[in-house]
Order: sequence, then C-alpha cells, then structure tokens
Amino acid sequence: MDVRPILSSLLRHKTTALLLVLEIALTCAIVCNAVFMISQRLQRMQMTGGIAETELVEVQSASIGALPDAKARTAADLEALRRIPGVKAVTLATQLPFTNSSWNTGIMLDPTQKESTLNATTYFGENLVGVLGAQLVAGRDFNADEYTDLGDAQKDPSKASKVVIVTSALAERLWPGQNPLGKTIWMGKDSPQQVVGVVKALIRPSLSNGDNTAQWTLVIPMRASLDNASDYVLRTTPEQRDAVIKAAAATLHKIDPHRVILDKKSMSQLREEFFHNDRAMAGLLVGVIAVLLVVTAFGIVGLASFWVAQRHRQIGVRRALGATRRNILHYFQTENFLLASIGIAIGMAFAYGINLLLMRYYELPRLPALYFPVGALSLWLLGQLAVLGPALRAAAVPPVEATRAA
Amino acid sequence: MFGYYLDLALRSLKRHRALTALMVLAIAVGIGASMTMLTVMHILSGDPVPTRSSTLFFPQVNPSPAPGERHAPFDMMDYRSATELWSAHRADRQALIASAALKLNAPGVNLPPLMAQTLSTTADFFPMFDVPFRYGDAWTAQDDAQRARVVVISDDLNNKLFGGADSVGRTLRLKGADVRIVGVLAPWRPSPLFYDVAGGRYAEGQTASFYSKPEDVFMPFNSGQDIVGHDYNVFTCWSTAQGSDLRTGPCVWVMLWVQLDSVAKVGAYRDFIAAYAQQQKALGRFVHADDTRMMSLLQWLDFNRAIPGDVRLQTWLAFAFLLICLFNTVGLLLAKFLRRSGEIGVRRALGASRGTVFAQCLVEAGVIGLLGGIGGWLLAMLGLWLVRRQPVEYADLVHLDVPMFLATFGLAIAASLLAGMLPALRASRITPALQLKTL
Repeated sequence: MDVRPILSSLLRHKTTALLLVLEIALTCAIVCNAVFMISQRLQRMQMTGGIAETELVEVQSASIGALPDAKARTAADLEALRRIPGVKAVTLATQLPFTNSSWNTGIMLDPTQKESTLNATTYFGENLVGVLGAQLVAGRDFNADEYTDLGDAQKDPSKASKVVIVTSALAERLWPGQNPLGKTIWMGKDSPQQVVGVVKALIRPSLSNGDNTAQWTLVIPMRASLDNASDYVLRTTPEQRDAVIKAAAATLHKIDPHRVILDKKSMSQLREEFFHNDRAMAGLLVGVIAVLLVVTAFGIVGLASFWVAQRHRQIGVRRALGATRRNILHYFQTENFLLASIGIAIGMAFAYGINLLLMRYYELPRLPALYFPVGALSLWLLGQLAVLGPALRAAAVPPVEATRAA
Repeated sequence: MFGYYLDLALRSLKRHRALTALMVLAIAVGIGASMTMLTVMHILSGDPVPTRSSTLFFPQVNPSPAPGERHAPFDMMDYRSATELWSAHRADRQALIASAALKLNAPGVNLPPLMAQTLSTTADFFPMFDVPFRYGDAWTAQDDAQRARVVVISDDLNNKLFGGADSVGRTLRLKGADVRIVGVLAPWRPSPLFYDVAGGRYAEGQTASFYSKPEDVFMPFNSGQDIVGHDYNVFTCWSTAQGSDLRTGPCVWVMLWVQLDSVAKVGAYRDFIAAYAQQQKALGRFVHADDTRMMSLLQWLDFNRAIPGDVRLQTWLAFAFLLICLFNTVGLLLAKFLRRSGEIGVRRALGASRGTVFAQCLVEAGVIGLLGGIGGWLLAMLGLWLVRRQPVEYADLVHLDVPMFLATFGLAIAASLLAGMLPALRASRITPALQLKTL
C-alpha cells in the first residue's frame, strides 16, 4: 500500500496525530516499566527462604521478662510441645524468617578493624538448623557441647559461643572463592567465632538492609529461653500444620493460662504476609496497565471514528473511483500502524528514561531488552484492534456518498 | 453569555453521547487515580502537631565509645545521656520517651491478658504535644520524681477494657505491677507517630510503621524503669556485652524531645548539648564530642524519609496516568471542535469574535471537567476504600477531607480547561469564509 497519501493526510492533522502519538508513547513507556516492576515484585515474592517452609509453624508467646525460672519454664514448654502428635521437632528461637523483627550484628574479619565489614543477622536457638530444615552444604551442624546459654552470654561475654554456621552467600561475600570452613569472624573485638558449617540459604527475618543482603545470616549455638526469645517453631508435615498450631497454642495456654499468645501462624502464612506489599503493588500495577490500555484504546477509537466521519465524502469518492472495501480498510489500518510506530519509537526512549530514574531512586535493575519488542508488539496489536471498528465502518461507506453533499 | 454557552455546551455534549462519555471517563479515571494517591500523600505528609511543630526539636548525641566506628549520632540516646540532658531542664518543655510491649490485664475485667504497647515518658509529654484528654488528666512532675504508679491510657484501650466509661481511678496490672489510671485520652491519632520516628534511613522506604497508632498506656518514665526493667525496645547496642541493667548497658533506647519557644533558645540549646558532649568527652565517656545534632520535628521526619517509598512511586504513577488521560482528552476535544468547523464558521460570520468562540469551547471543556470531577471523586472514594482495606498502619487514616474533596473538582476542571485550551484556540482560528464555502 502506498504510504504517501496517508502521510500527507496525517500532516494536515498534525496536532491531533501528534497527540495520539504522544499518548501511545507514554502508555508504551509506562506499560513497559510497569510490567517490569510487576515481574520484579513477583520475583521478590519467590525469594529463597532456605527452610522447610511448608512443614513449619510458629507460636509466639510474649516473653516474660527477667524471671529466675525462665530456663525451667522454657524446658517445660518445649517438652510439652514435643509431645504434640505430628510434631517432629521444636525449638525456641529469638527470631524467625519473614517476621520483620531481627537481631543483627556487625562482623569483622580482623579484630583490629575500625569499622565492621558488614552487618548480618544472628539466629539463636537450640538445634535451629535442624528444626528449620536449612540445608547444610559444607561442614557440620553444632555439637551438643557447643551450645551455651544466650541469657548467660548477654551478662557475661566470656560465656558466648565460639563457633558459627554461615550461609553460602555470606561465606562467598566474606571470602570469595575460598573454603569458609575454619575461618574466623569477630562479632566484637574479643569474640572470635570459627565457621564450622555452611548452609545453602537462610533468609534474614527483615529485609530492611536491602534485598542484596537477604542471605547474610549467622546461626549461633546459643540456647534461647523465654526471657530473651518468644518464637516457638515447630516442624510437622504440611497436612498437620493447622492441627499442630491449634494444639501448640492450647498446650502453651494450659501450662500458663496467664500467658499472652501473640501470634500463631504457619511459615507459609508468614511469607505471604511478609510479601503482602509486593503483592498489593503488583496488583495495583496490573490494574494501572489494564486501565491505561483501555483508555489509550478508547482514545484511538475516538479519534479514528472522527477521522472516518470527517472523510466520509473522500471515502465515497475513492470508492467511486474504484477503490475496494479492502483498500479503505487497509488505509485506516496503515495509518494507525504508522502512528503507533512513531509512538512506540518515542515510547521506547521514554521507557528507557523512566527506567533510569527508577534505577536511580528506587534501586530497580535495568530494564531487560526483551521488554522493548514485547511492548512494541502489544501496542501495535492494541492499535490495530482499536482501529478495526472505525476502519470497518469506513470500508462500509458506499460509493454513492461521493455524490452527496458533505 | 455564560448561561448561553453552557446551554450550547450541553447540547453539543448530548449530540455525541459516546464521545462525551469517553472524555468524561478519561478525566474521571485520571482524576480518580491521582486524587487517591494525592490524598494518601496529603495525609502522610501532614504536620502531626500543627500548633507547635516549629518549636519541637530532637537533640542527639553520640555515646558510642568505639573510635571511628561511626560519624553520626544514633537515632536514640543511652539512658545516662538522655536523663542528664532532661534533668538540666534547659528547654521550655522536655520529654523523655522509651517504648515497650508489656503484658496487661485489668483486674475485675473479664478479658484475657493482652500485650499492650506502652510508652514511658515524662509529664511534659502531654502539654508539649497537645495530647487531648477525655477523662482525668496527665500526671505531674512530682509523680515523675516520686516514681508514682500511675498511667494514662488511650481511648482505644479504655473502650476495649471499660466500654468507654470513665475509668479514672481504676487499676491495671502491667507486667505484675499494679498501676492506677489517672487519665484517659480522647481519640488522638497524629500522622505520623512523630515522637517514635527513628531509623527511617535504614528502612529502605518501608516506613509504613511510622504511621501506627499511639501507644495504649503512658506511664511516668521513672516508674517505667521499675516496671519495665529490661523489656524496653532497644534501638541498637554498640557492644554485645549488654550487662544486666539496660540503664548502664551499651545500648541506645531513650529519645528526648524538647520544646524551644524562640530562636535564641534553639541556639542556646544547641550550645548546651555541644557543651554536654565536650564535658562527657573530658570525663572519658564519649569519644565523638562533635557528633551532636538537633533537628526540628519536621526536619527529623524529612531526615527519616517518613513517607513510604511505595506511596511516592504510586503518586508518580498516578500523575503519569492523569497526563495520559489528558492527552486523550485533548485529542478528542480537538477532533470534536474541528468537526464543528462549519457551525463555528457560521457563528464567526454572524459576528462572533475569536474570543467568544474560544470562551464557548472552554465552557464545553469545563463542563466535561466538572462531570469528570464527579466521576473522579467517586473513583477516588473507591480507591481510598481499597487503600483502607490494605493491611498497612496508615489504612485507618486515609479519608477524603474537605480540602481534598474541593481539590478533586479543582484539579478536574483545571485539567479539562488545560486540555481544552489548544482545541479551543484552534477552533477560534477557523476562517469563516473557507467554512462557509464548503457548506
């Protein structure tokens, strides 16, 4: 089809055409970035926890403060929880994944360092690696004689543990390419800890230090008790989770009716709540994209309809001079294709610019190149769909229109 | 003349119902989205103490003994620095603040014990932050000094425990200690919960928790030391050896707010904390004597980037949205007006000036804006309802107030007039002769 008459007719409607082009460009730019942001959020929601998520439940009992018998109470609680049918393992932890509340520590590779190398989270709790189901990839889990008591160590640093398990991501960050087993880290000037094991992954409870530090985790062999911890975590089977949560809460309540149960949830629920913001944002963006595409499509329909109405007589003349319905249909389709193409070209530049801004202010990664052709294709498609109705109406104009007054 | 233009506009809009609906819808959607987000921004970025925010300040010192470890004060203070600065009484008013979650039950009330958020503070807190009371009153400076077992409770807690009745004089049990209620607050919901804001620069934009509700129980700071003990929320510690007493430990967990009523006093207080830090350095307790800072309340909120990152992003998105909707409207109006070239040509030939044609077209655009504003208002209500259903701390705050309601229509009409400007200008430039020839 000859493009020249289309172009010259568009040039006569410069402003209108330009507006449509700009609308398509902006839509293209926003849709590209919004789809990318959705994919980022969805990807974030899939972040590795490193634990047996579908088998874990937690019951959080308010910590009772500095009571002399906290250790005995903890032991009694754990014993009773262990006897619940379906419970494979249980422990009391100072923190759990996906709970947004975390204990962190600065790590040094050399005690003379002035500033810590990085900040990592610290999990405490007896047999925590086993209960959470974190996967050991090197070294070993802690031996029973390596556990000390967290409460004692807080009062007297000499009672702190001397060994530590790290995640492979943290090991790679601290000692790139080296074997981390046997290496030493310092959590304070006089508390060296030797790495005895490496777990594949164990996510931090809170990602407030940035997603790239999500796996900077230490597990420390210290027993927690109710005066410094409140999260009972129980391992069971996926089917028995609900029953175990109920039974655990009831058991704890039976032991101490005055106790406040703050929270009782499965780990899957905790993950879902943890990433709720991301899900909401992704949902919102989907809504934005949908409405934006509809608005743009209506804009195209509206303008195309007007152009068709305006050129009623010209179309009639063309038909009378021998143009087929198909010719007329193609005319409007080509016109839309041209406008969309210019819009998409400008839109790509916009999309890139918006992405640069987002990279700068929201630490989003670079927009993958794949989004550009996909974005272009979808807008071309949208334009063609939107223009089809008005174009068909144009094609239906009978040649006799040529003889009628405008 | 306006009435006549209005009549013409309505006629013209009625003639092309589908197109009119399209334009109104586009404006409504754009306005709805942007007003939803603007309202959220407006509520989150408001001044939490409008009567007095310019006189409220947040002094900071750096008690960390580690040399070179950090070059900025912590967001909170250690017990000793905070209480020493407070005891000096150099400000017009001063309040210490430390928070803790404690087990609470009310003897004689048939409810299971609950975990209550508590704030240990000093008597100045209530007048300084304009806290409204429903029953009773705040405790006195004397109660602070005598470690009195008294508390002020929130309206929420009073409703939950006592069904909203006057509970002054009743007893609560806080972590085993009996305390007497001396005051019940009226509903009070500062946005953000400014006095608790800290650590925002480590939050990566996840700052929704700054907008949570005020604590349920307020008690004198010194009484709190006896009752709460080790259970205070600690901001951070500079050493892992924490010892048995939080008050002497290497941790920061107390905040100090001061009210300074004149510029001179602000300067004097800055000098005072600088001198204090120097003195502490001389005593060997501080290493960083020059690490003192005092921001005003609004500076402090700004420094903590209190508005959540997602909300900022959504606001930009909403405006981009409005922009697209406007382009859409400009295009459609242009097509619509130019299609009426013949009619406009006749009016021009009959003596209408360019100005009157322009005005007539703008009236038509304005009517579309008004209709779009109504739609936008409805959509904004829907949008805010959706925001309220999100499990975020500020959900209950989000309502369309009168200024934002008026802004909805203002923005809708302004946007449509702006969109109508170019089409109206083009329409007013139509040459009558040319149009009349083709009629």
